[in-house]
Amino acid sequence: MDDQIVRVVSRIIIPFIQVYGVFVVMHGHLSPGGGFPGGAILGASIILYTLAYGAEAGSQMISHSTSKWLESGAILLFVAVGLVGIAAGQSFLTNQAAGFSMGELGNILSAGFIPIITIAIGVKVASTMITLFHTMVDKEPH
Amino acid sequence: MQVLNFILVVFLVICALAAGHTKDLLSAVVIFASYSLVMAVLWLLLQSPDVALTEAAMGAGVTTIMFIAVISRTSRMEK
Repeated sequence: MDDQIVRVVSRIIIPFIQVYGVFVVMHGHLSPGGGFPGGAILGASIILYTLAYGAEAGSQMISHSTSKWLESGAILLFVAVGLVGIAAGQSFLTNQAAGFSMGELGNILSAGFIPIITIAIGVKVASTMITLFHTMVDKEPH
Repeated sequence: MQVLNFILVVFLVICALAAGHTKDLLSAVVIFASYSLVMAVLWLLLQSPDVALTEAAMGAGVTTIMFIAVISRTSRMEK
C-alpha cells in the first residue's frame, strides 16, 4: 500500500502504541494487562509499520533471524526464571513460598521475579505476532 | 446500565449471525472485528478488564489483520 496519509499517521502514532504496550507489560503484576496483551499491542505496532511501509521495510526493521532469536531467548528466560523456584526448594514458578515478596500497589519493583516473567512473555508474544505476519505476507514460502 | 448491556448483547448476536451468513469474506472479517470490539466492551461491563484488554488487542487487532493477510493470499468470495 502506497499512501502518504497512512505513512505519516502511522509514523506519528507508532511510538505512542509502543509506549502503551511497554506500560501494559511493565505493570502486568499490578494492574490489568500483563505479558500477553502488552506483547500483542507491541506486535501490532510493528504490524502497522509493515502495513504502511511495505513488507521489505518491515522485514528490514525486525528480520526473521532477529525475531527467531527473540522468541527462543524469551521462552528460555521464562523457563530459567521458573527454575529458580525449584532451586529454592519449592515447585516450578513458585514465588511467595520461595521467599520472594508479593506485589505492592504502586511499586513496580515488587512481586519477586514476576515482572521478569511478564517481560519475557511480552517479548515472546510480540515476536511471535511479528513472525506470523511476516511469514504470511512474504512472497516466497520459506 | 441494564439497557446498554441489552443493546450490546443484541448487537453482538446480530454481528455473529451476519459474520456467518456473509458470502463476502472481507465483509465477514470486518463484521467479526466489530463483534470483537463489542465483546471487549461487554467484558469491561462484566468487570473483567484483563480479558477486555486481551480481546481488544487480539480479537479486534491482530486476528483481523491475520484474516486479511490470509484473504489476500486466497480468494475474497466464498465458493
